[in-house]
Amino acid sequence: MTDKTLALTVNGSAHTVQCDPDTPLLYILRNDLALKGARYGCGQGQCGACTVLVDGQPVQSCNVPVSDFAGRSITTIEGLGSAEAPHPLQQAFIDEQAAQCGYCVTGIVMSAKALLDRNPKPTRAEITAALRDNLCRCGTHARIIRAVERAAAAMAA
Amino acid sequence: MSRTNESSPLPGSLSVNPILDKWVRLVPGSAGPSSHGVTVSPGKVDIGQGISTALAQIAADELDVSLSRIVMKPAATDTSPNEEMTSSSLSIEHSGIAIRFVCAEIRGTLLQKAAQKLGVSAERLTIEDGTISAEGAGSVTYWDLLEPGLFQRAATAQFRPKAAEEFRLIGTDVPRLDIPAKVTGRPSYVHDMVLPGMLHARVVRPPSYEARLLSIDDEAAVRAMPGLVELVRDGSFLAVVCEREEQAIRAARALRNRAKWDDRTNLPDQGAVYEHLKTLPKTVHVVHEKADEAARAKSVKTLKAAFTKPYIAHASIGPSCAVAVWNDGKPEIWSHSQGIFPLRVDLSKSLRMPEADITVHHAEGAGCYGHNGADDAALDAALVARAVPGRPVKLQWSREDEFQWEPFGPAMSVEVTASIDAGGNIVDWTHELWSNTQSTRPGRQPEGTWLMAGWHLADPLPKPPPRMIPLAGGGGSDRNAVPLYDLPNSKVIHHFITEMPVRVSALRSLGAFANVFAIETFMDELAEAAGVDPVEYRLRHMKDPRARAVIEAAADRAGWTSRKASDGTTGMGIAFAQYKNKQSYCAVVAEVSLEEELRVTRCVAAVEAGLAINPDGIINQTEGGVIQAVSWTLKEAVPFDPSGVRCMTWDDYPILRFDEVPEVDVVLIDRPDQKSLGAGEAAQGPTGAAIANALAHAAGVRVRNLPLTKDQIAKALL
Repeated sequence: MTDKTLALTVNGSAHTVQCDPDTPLLYILRNDLALKGARYGCGQGQCGACTVLVDGQPVQSCNVPVSDFAGRSITTIEGLGSAEAPHPLQQAFIDEQAAQCGYCVTGIVMSAKALLDRNPKPTRAEITAALRDNLCRCGTHARIIRAVERAAAAMAA
Repeated sequence: MSRTNESSPLPGSLSVNPILDKWVRLVPGSAGPSSHGVTVSPGKVDIGQGISTALAQIAADELDVSLSRIVMKPAATDTSPNEEMTSSSLSIEHSGIAIRFVCAEIRGTLLQKAAQKLGVSAERLTIEDGTISAEGAGSVTYWDLLEPGLFQRAATAQFRPKAAEEFRLIGTDVPRLDIPAKVTGRPSYVHDMVLPGMLHARVVRPPSYEARLLSIDDEAAVRAMPGLVELVRDGSFLAVVCEREEQAIRAARALRNRAKWDDRTNLPDQGAVYEHLKTLPKTVHVVHEKADEAARAKSVKTLKAAFTKPYIAHASIGPSCAVAVWNDGKPEIWSHSQGIFPLRVDLSKSLRMPEADITVHHAEGAGCYGHNGADDAALDAALVARAVPGRPVKLQWSREDEFQWEPFGPAMSVEVTASIDAGGNIVDWTHELWSNTQSTRPGRQPEGTWLMAGWHLADPLPKPPPRMIPLAGGGGSDRNAVPLYDLPNSKVIHHFITEMPVRVSALRSLGAFANVFAIETFMDELAEAAGVDPVEYRLRHMKDPRARAVIEAAADRAGWTSRKASDGTTGMGIAFAQYKNKQSYCAVVAEVSLEEELRVTRCVAAVEAGLAINPDGIINQTEGGVIQAVSWTLKEAVPFDPSGVRCMTWDDYPILRFDEVPEVDVVLIDRPDQKSLGAGEAAQGPTGAAIANALAHAAGVRVRNLPLTKDQIAKALL
C-alpha cells in the first residue's frame, strides 16, 4: 500500500506521520514518535506488552493498523508520568517493587489504568480479570496485584 | 586498620580479574564535591533479577559513600572484568564478593593516604560519604586523594570487608535502581536502542531444524519491495534489512513465502519421547555412591517410581534482539546475552575474525531464565550488519522465531528406588536419570559453535559434542540428584544422552527441577509407606540445622499442623531442597484445589541465603521462582511432532495468567554470620514437588509425569 499522511493524537499532542496505513500502531509509536514504553512481545495481540489506551480502552497495539486510530485519543505509558513525577499507579509499582525484568510492566500499568478509570475500587478478582490478557514470565504477579490495590487506595484518598 | 592474615587466592571473580580499577573507579565531578561519583563495572549482567542494585549497595556500603554516588556501568568486552556467564545464581558469590574486597581495599588505601595528609593516625579518622575527617585536623575527600595509576594494580585482599554489625546498606531493602525508569516506560532494553541511521532487520529461519535452503522463487521481487536495503543470503541463513521495521516484517514474510527448502527433520513422536531418548547414544556415569551394607540389610520394603519432565521453554516476554554495526571491518554488537565474553568466542569463530576485533556490549533484554535466543540474535545481527557496513542494524526475532528456535530446557526421565527398614527409616536409595546436556551455551567448546546461524552458513561450522557439567561444579542434569537427606546408602546414575533431537540448553535450575520433583514426591511416598507425617519424615532424615530451619519455617507459616484430612478436592504438600546442595535452602508448602483443572491456591516458601544482601530482592526472586514453577508444573510442555517443533504462539504454549496465580508468602531467614548464597533458582524444584504432593493429599493420586494437566490427572485416576 502507498504511504499516507495520518494525523494522530498521542498523550494530548497532535502528530502527523507519513507511513503505510496498514502499519501496526506499535511501530509508529516506537519508531516514529520515539515512545519506547509500549513493547513488542508477540505481534499477535496475545501478551499485552504493547498495551496502550485508545479513548480510555486498553488496546494491544502490535497488530492493529495505525489508520484505525486517526482522530482518536491515544495514551501511552509516557502520558501517565515520569520517573521524576510518576503517576500514582506508577508510584504504587515503585513502592511495591512490582517488577523483575520489567518488560511486561508498562503494558500492565496501562491495563490497570483502564481498570481504575472505570472501577476505582476493584476487588482482587476484578484486578486479575482485568490483567488476564497481560502475560508476565518473571512471576511478579503477586506484587503487581498488590501495587494495583495500593494505587486504588492512594487514588481514592 | 584491620587486615586479613592469610594469603589465600583472591576471592570470587577477583582471582581472574585482580586489577582494582577494572572494577571500581572514583570519578571526580566537575561541579564540586557533591558531583563526585563512583563507577562500578561488574562483568555480571542484569537479566531481570536486579543484580545491579545489590552490587551497587555492596559498593556503597564497603566504600562508605552514599548510594546516589554509584553509577553501575553495563558490561562490555573492551572495559569490564571477564566474569564469563551470569548464570547458576552465582553473581553475589562471584561478583559481589569481588566488589566487597575491591571497595574495602580502595577505602583502606585512601584512609592510609588521608592519615598521612592530615597528619593523624588512621584510627582517629572517620568517613562520611567519601569524606575522611579527624576532629581538629580537617578533612579530605577520596577524590582529593586520587593520583594517576593509584588503583591500576592487583588487589591484595589484605583489607577486610565490613563485618555484619558495620553494614549500613547491605542487608537492607534498597529499592531497585532501575524500576522507576521501567514502570514509566523509559528506554531500558536493547529493543529500545536507537542509533543514527539505524536499519531494521528480520531473519527468515528454515521451517524446521534440518531444513536447508534450495532456492528462492523470484528473489528480485523481494529486493524490489519498499524500503528494502539488503537481502542477506549465506547458505541457509536468510535475512532482510529495511529502512523501516514494518517494511522488514513484510519483506521477511514475502521471502518466507518464496523460499523452497529441503526438509529432512524427523523428530520423535512427542507421546513416546522419553522412551525414544533412552534408545539414543549415551554415556553412563555413576556420579555419586555411598554404601553401608549393614544398613542396607535392614531393608523390609522397597518402593520404586518413575518420573518425567517435558521440554520447557524459556518463553521470555520480549523475543530476542540485537543491534550491530560494522566500521572499518570490525563489528560492535549490543546483546542481552548472559555472557558477552563467551558469546564473543563463538562470534569470532562464526565471523572468522579475531576476538580482539569484536566488541560486545551488554544491553538489557526481557527476563531470560537461562539460555534463550539472545546469543543467536547477536550473531544474526552481526551477519546482517556486515552486509551494510557503517549502518547500524537492529535485528528483532519474532515471537515465532523465539518459540521455534530457542534451546529448550531438556526433557528428562528419572527413576527412584528406595528401601525402608522396620522403623520406616530409609536405608537405601538409588536415583537414575536420563537427559541430554543442560547447557549448549557458547564459549567453552574448542571446535564448532552452538550459535545457530553458524550451522546454516554456506561454509558452516559444526555443532560441538555436548558437554556434561560436573557435579562438583553444580551439576547439569544431575543437579540436586544427590539427596541431601542423611541416608546410609545412596547412588546416582546419570545416563548422559549425547544425541539431541530437540535443541536444548540451560533453563533456570537445570536438572534440579526434575530431580527435586522426583526426590521430594518420593519422600512423601516413603513417608506414607512408613505411616509418618511428611514434615516429620523429612526432619527425621535431616541433620543439617539450616535445612531443618527452612522446612520448619515453611510448615509453621503455612499452618501445617492444622492440615486437614484429604477431602478429595483440597490438599497441602511440602517439599524442600538446597539448591545444588550448596547454595540457598528453600522449602515450599503448596495448597491446591482440584477443580476442572488443578489450581494452586497458596504457596508459602521459606528461604535462607546466608547473609541477605537485599532481603526484598531475595523475596522478589523467590516469589517469582514459585510462580514460574507453578506455571511449569501445571501447564508447560513444548509441543512437537516428527515434522518439527509445533510451538509458534502463546496459544501453543500457555503459561500461568493473573487469574490463576496463587497467593505467595515468602519467609526469609537471614543469617548475617554466613556467606551470601545465590538465591535466584532455589524455589523451582521444591515448588513442583510440593504441588504434586498437595495433589496426592487432595485426591489420593500420584501424578509423576509433568505437567499436572487434567489429562495426566485423569490418566492417573483411572
